[in-house]
Formats: sequence, structure tokens, C-alpha cells
Amino acid sequence: MIARLFKFHGGVAPEGHKDESAGTPIRRAPLPSRLIVPLRQSTRTTARCCVEVGQKVLKGQRIGESEGSFGTAVHAPTSGTVVDFGPYPMAHPSGLPTRCVVIEPDGEERWIERQPFDIDSAGRDAALAWLRDCGVVGLGGAAFPSHIKLGSGGGVDTLILNGGECEPWITCDDRLMRERAAEVLAGARILFRLIGARELLIGIEDNKPEAIEAMRAAAREAGDEVRILPVPALYPMGGEKQLIRTLTGIEIPYGRFGAEYGVQCFNVGTAYAAHRAIVHGEPLVDRIVTLTGNVAHAGNWEVLIGTPIDELLALAAPAADTDRWLMGGPMMGFALPRLDVPVTKACNCIIAASPTLMPPPPPEQPCIRCGECARACPAELQPFELYWFSRARNFDKAKAYHLFDCIECGCCAYVCPSHIPLVDYYRFAKSEIAAGERDRNAADQARERFEFRNFRQEREKEEKAARLAAKAAETRTRTASETAADTPAASGASATASIQPGAPAPGVPAADDPAAKKKALIAAALARAQAQKAAAAPRNTADLSPTTQAEIAAIEARRQQAGTEAGTQTGSGATVATAEPRDARAEDEAR
Amino acid sequence: MIHAPYIRKPASVQRLMGLVLLALLPGIAAYVYTVGAGILVNLAIATGTALAAEALVLALRKRPVAIALSDLSAVLTAWLVALCFPPITPWWLTMIGVLVAIVIAKQLYGGLGQNPFNPAMVAYCTAIVAYPALMSQWPPVGGMDFGTQLGLILGGARDIDGLTGATALDALRSGLHAGAGPVDVLRQGPAFGFLGGSGWEWIALGYAVGGLFLLAARVITWHMPAAFIATLALVSGLFWLFDAARFASPLFHLASGGAMLAAFFIVTDPVSGATTPRGKLIFAAGVALIAWIIRNFGAYPEGIAFGVLLMNLCVPLIDMKTQPRVFGHRGERR
Repeated sequence: MIARLFKFHGGVAPEGHKDESAGTPIRRAPLPSRLIVPLRQSTRTTARCCVEVGQKVLKGQRIGESEGSFGTAVHAPTSGTVVDFGPYPMAHPSGLPTRCVVIEPDGEERWIERQPFDIDSAGRDAALAWLRDCGVVGLGGAAFPSHIKLGSGGGVDTLILNGGECEPWITCDDRLMRERAAEVLAGARILFRLIGARELLIGIEDNKPEAIEAMRAAAREAGDEVRILPVPALYPMGGEKQLIRTLTGIEIPYGRFGAEYGVQCFNVGTAYAAHRAIVHGEPLVDRIVTLTGNVAHAGNWEVLIGTPIDELLALAAPAADTDRWLMGGPMMGFALPRLDVPVTKACNCIIAASPTLMPPPPPEQPCIRCGECARACPAELQPFELYWFSRARNFDKAKAYHLFDCIECGCCAYVCPSHIPLVDYYRFAKSEIAAGERDRNAADQARERFEFRNFRQEREKEEKAARLAAKAAETRTRTASETAADTPAASGASATASIQPGAPAPGVPAADDPAAKKKALIAAALARAQAQKAAAAPRNTADLSPTTQAEIAAIEARRQQAGTEAGTQTGSGATVATAEPRDARAEDEAR
Repeated sequence: MIHAPYIRKPASVQRLMGLVLLALLPGIAAYVYTVGAGILVNLAIATGTALAAEALVLALRKRPVAIALSDLSAVLTAWLVALCFPPITPWWLTMIGVLVAIVIAKQLYGGLGQNPFNPAMVAYCTAIVAYPALMSQWPPVGGMDFGTQLGLILGGARDIDGLTGATALDALRSGLHAGAGPVDVLRQGPAFGFLGGSGWEWIALGYAVGGLFLLAARVITWHMPAAFIATLALVSGLFWLFDAARFASPLFHLASGGAMLAAFFIVTDPVSGATTPRGKLIFAAGVALIAWIIRNFGAYPEGIAFGVLLMNLCVPLIDMKTQPRVFGHRGERR
């Protein structure tokens, strides 16, 4: 049966550079001296550490419990001792740290007891929980939790296995399919079953004939009628939305998921990981990483999650003029700001870059609106319009021109004859819009708070007035009755009683006439307010934690000491400084 | 810090402009062959003026001069100005034209990529409004040697009724105006060739060949030339079928004047033209329509330049209203 393929708009065909690393079989990387296992493995959540420093762990032992619905478990990649738990820098453009468990391997690679999961007797939900607890996430680069993608429990007709691997240089999926086709296929069938699809399609770029043949042979052997479809080698074919479009004709807009359109897509590496988890009971503790670029020995390595990248690089023997290391492909990857960062589940490729291999772009020239970018854009945007709007900080217009549909694939910047770093402009505009929305939300909240406060104060004022009026009326009636009984002494006592709980103000005449009573009431209210003010005053340090209070006490002590040494200026200055917020607070309360 | 993508296609503005210049060569070769080498002098004057003016303005604007000069955009503007001016234009008029194009139409708007109007067409319109006589004196094909052309370019006396002739478009317009006869009779005159203007039709063919090269090299898309040619053919064809005595045939319109130069080199200017696929069709069709109207009912024999400028004005609106649907948004109302 000849499948009809659909086309997506645009795309580019950069030089593949696949041969450098595709020729050699996958090798297992040697054990590193230590493993830095990030607990933040999926895009959304960080796992909760469940081991202690000093604890012995086995390979595959859970060291992080999944947190929240998007969480997945994290496991010890080898047997050894937990030597540290704390923040370590990540393989991310920012190099920001995240919580990691550091394990010193004992070199024995002793596994936990591995139990295959009986998918036939257990329910679907149990299988998804199993995958979650085995730490299975998308290995194509996004590290999206697989159990979530499988989760909807129906409505998905077509399951697509993504063997596109369209970025130049990367060959980890290619090698995986060539060498472990049967396992990939078995994993795909597991996912297929769990998601309840009716059709399984495997899309592989036609620049990987060996992988296509290996997958077809595996399918023949397994008696599987799966459709393995060679797709044109056109970047970004491996993008989920592009591959879905190519194989099914379905277009999934920004912000929507494939499942809503009856189609779901998994990377071949993810299928393999699902197979290991279900059939062998092995949690995801390693992945295949392509080491290539400006190196003598490019190839694919099976690397433990948490392996520091700098320990890995020597395996490839980088050339002397290597000036940067990229993680991911050259189209969408990023230059590693530092190399002492661990391999994560999202790390598919590390490329040594040199000035000759990836020269810095020529100077940026003006946009001439030639439209090359629009012809290359797989999202069918007008990239130069987005560029002009982003540049002019006309973010509303950029949004209206579908800025957020941009998948940042880099095709536009790749073809731009003016060498404009277009994607950088879009990232800038997106982050500015996001920041603007954050600010707007914060302002909205502040306004709501303020309006509610005004409303509350108004309400309290009215309530108070009503209360006072009621009280006054009560007092009046009582005084009236007492006057009628002609007992002046009792009337003075009742006046005192009526202004409870405030202390009677000095010099208030216990007079019978209403004006004097009113005066007494006002004086009492003033006294109450003053008492409240005095009670409220120390509160600006009251909510602080004991340690902070101790610190403040220590600082005060030091200040006082300094004050006595250097005269009283410092001390008085400090008093003024602390008095200010106090006054503000008191004023606030008085209002 | 450099961000992804870390690889780039070997493309540049310079290469793009260079290809367009290259594509003009067949037309220029036909020009020299049929009309004479005077055009080469004009091309040289225009190029020198353009580079000097560009360098001067960039220096005044405190912008890097070398990069901008080497992008060849000024050279391309100069060539287009020279090619749409008569080949015996006096040197100072060519210079004025180029100065208007580079200084006013391009640099005063902010330089490359910023100009809302096609610089060469601004130059042409300025010149034809300011110097209508000089801009209407075209040498008869093969009837003027290089020496005479050079003399006229260098400012020689223009006792030229015997030397210069009207273009085919001019001859047709004034002939019809004077009631000298129906179109097919007028076209027996010396200015006319087999399709368009005598000899000029070969130049038009040269431009078309260069234009096809640009299409093949993916420098331009098919939209603009196709819409321009189709619209000009359609509207002139309709009126020609309606009244062949008063309206020239579509082939005549396509082969005469600047039609071919415009179809492949003028309307296709990316900076000042529409950019969306549908917008390009509308833009080029609009130019062709206005050009045909001016040719037939206007005060000037050729109307493409005015058509381009008028459509340039509409570009922001056209682009805004013809934004293509985005991936995944098909079927949505815009």
C-alpha cells in the first residue's frame, strides 16, 4: 500500500552531517567518577528527594518521588553512595542550578530487583503509573512525561512514532532503530495498546535507509503490519506537528495537543524506554547521546543520566580548535555555558563547534523584506513582519501576527540573506510579552486588593457608625429612664460604663447634658485609638522568624555598641529609619 | 552570545543584488546591439553617482559605508534608473535622477530596506515631470551612431528632430490623438516593429530572459511577473477585442515600453512591494492596470512608473489584508 504523504510549508535542507557519527555502533560510556542526577527531569516538575546523604543506593533505585500530576520518578543510574544533595548548575543556557542527588558509583552496577510489569492483568492506569514510576519521559528533547501523553484514555486513533531526527549531526535515534529495532517496535506496540489507538505509523526521514530497513525487518519478523513510512529529509520534519501533518494531514495549532485531534506522537527513544520499563522492569537511567562535530571519534554512546558532560567529551577526542559545545542540534540547540553539568533525559546530542565548522554569522544587515524567511517558515508565518514588530516593540501587533505560533525552529534565520538573528528577536518579544502579562496580572491583583480594601473600610466605617448610633440610642434611652428616676450618681456610672472598654479619660465631666456625653465618647474613642496604635507599633518585627529576630537583635546590639563608641548619631539615625514604617503602619490603621 | 541556529545558508544581500544585476545583462546586451553603446555611458554615470551619493549620505548619517556599498543595492538602483531613462539623456539629468533615487527616495527614508517607494520609479517620475521633452527623446533604432549618442549625453546641442524619434508607445498615442488612423495603420510607421517598438522588442526579450533566470534562481517568485503580465494582457486584450482600431493588442503592450523590465525587475522590488503571496498578485496586477490606463487615457505615453508609486502607497494595506493563514489556523475566520 502506497501511503499518501502530505506536505508542510517551508522547511530547509541544511547539510546533514549524519555520516560522521552514524557509522559506529552504540557504545556504553564508562562509569564517571560521580553522577549528578537532577531531580528536575521533566519540563514541569521537580521530584522530591527520597534518599539521604550517605545512603547506599542500587542501580535503578528510586531517589526522587514524582510530585504532582506532571511529575515522574528519578532513579539512581548506578549503584553507589549518595554523597550530596543540593543545587547544581544545569545544562541550560542560563546555567541555573536545580536540586540534584550526587552519587559516587561503587563500580559494581548492581541492579535493584527488576520486575517485569504484567500489562495483561494490570489495568491501564496501573501501567501509566508504572511508566511514571520508571521515569519515562519523551526522549526527543522536550522530556514531556509519557504517562500524561498516554493519559486521555481514548479518542486517539493514530499513534505516530517519530523517527524523523531532522536536525543535522544527530544520529542517536538512527542508531537506536538500526540496532534495537525489535525493542523499539515492541515499545511502540505497548504505547499503542495503552493509548488505545487504531493505527500505528512510523515516520523516518529517507536519509536513514538503514534504519528504515531495520525497522521493516523487525516488523516482518514480529509479523507486525505496522506502516513504516519514509518521509522527505526536510528540516523540521522531526518536529511533532510537522511529522503529524506529513503523515496524516492534520494540523495542530499552537497551544493545542495532538490528542485533541485524535493523533499522538512519541519519539522512537521513548518507545524503547517504555519497552525497557514494561518488559524488563528497568527504569529510565540512561539514554543514547550523539557526540559529534569537531571531534576525531564521533559516535553514539549509551550514557547514564547524571554523567557530567566534561567527563564525556574526552571519549570523542575533540580537535584543538573547538571553541564551543552545543547541546542539541545546530538549528535549535544551545551553546553550553559550562561543561560541569550533567546529562539529562533531554540531552540527545553534544556537538563540538569550531570557527570553521560553525562560523559566527556575518554582520547583520537591514531587512529587505525579500520574503525568504516566509518561504522557509514551517508555521506559515511572515517572519519579517514579526521581526519588524518585535524590533519596534510593537508586541500587540506581533501577537496578532501569531508570534506565539512560532516554533523557533530557526529556518528563517538560516535562510536570511541579511543574517538577522530572527529567532532571537522572537524570543525577546515573547519574553517581553510574558513579562508584560505578569506585570499586568500583578497590577490587576493590586488594584483588586486596593478596591476591596476601600470597600472593606467603607463597610467597617458604616458598621461602626451603626454600632455607635445603636449604642448612643441605648444610652439615651437608659439615661432618659434614669433621669426620670432622678438618680444623678447612677447616670455618671452609666456614662463610664458606656465607654467600655477604654479607660475613662481624665477630666471628663460626668454631666447629664448630651453635648458633654458626646465629648466623653470622643475622648474615649481617641484614647482607644491611641492604645491600639501603641499595641500595633512593635508589630513590624513581630511576624519574623526567630532566626531573623535574633539577627535583628544582634544588629541592634552592634548598632548600640557602635552608637556608644561613635556618639549617638548612628543610633538616632537607626531610630528614624525604623520609625518611618511604623508611622506608616499606624497611619494606615488609623485610616 | 550567539544563539541558534548556528548554521546558515550561504546567502547574502550582496549575492541577491548581484544575481539581479547579472539578470539584467541579456537586456543590456540587446540594448547595445540594437540601439547603440550610449546606454553603457549612462550606466557608468549612474553607477558612479549612486556609489558616491550613497557613501556621502551614509557618512553624514554616521553609518558604516563599506558594508552598505558592497551590498550592490545602490548599483542596482543606478542601473534601473539608467535603463528606464532614454539612452541619450544628458549626463546631468541621469545624475539628478540617480541622486533623487538614492538620496531622497532611499537614504532619507532610512536607507536600504526602509524606503516605501521604489527609488528608480521615483527618479523616473521626477524626471518625466520636470523634463518631459528630454525624457521623450529616444534615438531611432540603428539610426544613431555612438559618437552622436555620446555627444548628446555630454550635453551636445539637441537639433534633433531629424535624429530622434518617438517610441512606439508615444507614436501610437499621438497618432491616435491626432486621428491619424486606426492602430493597424499607425503600426506601419517606422517606430514599430513586429511586436512592439522596432528593435525595442528585442530588448524586452532580453529582460524576459533575465527574468526567467531570476525565477529559476529563486530570487523572485512567480507571483509578481505572472500577475503583471496576465493583467496587462487581460485588460488590453479585452479592449482590443472590443475595438481593435483604437486599442493596441496585448502583445504590443507587453513587448513595448518598459513592460518586461517592470514585470521582472521593477515590480519585484521586495522593499517597496507587497510581500504576501496574494498581496504580490494584487500589487503587480494593480501596477499593470494603472499602467495600461495611463498608456491609453493619460497624458504620458508610459504609465508603469506612476502605477508602481501608486501601488507602493497601498502596500501596507495590501499586506495587512492578505496575511496568509498560519499553520493550524486553516478554516478560521481571519
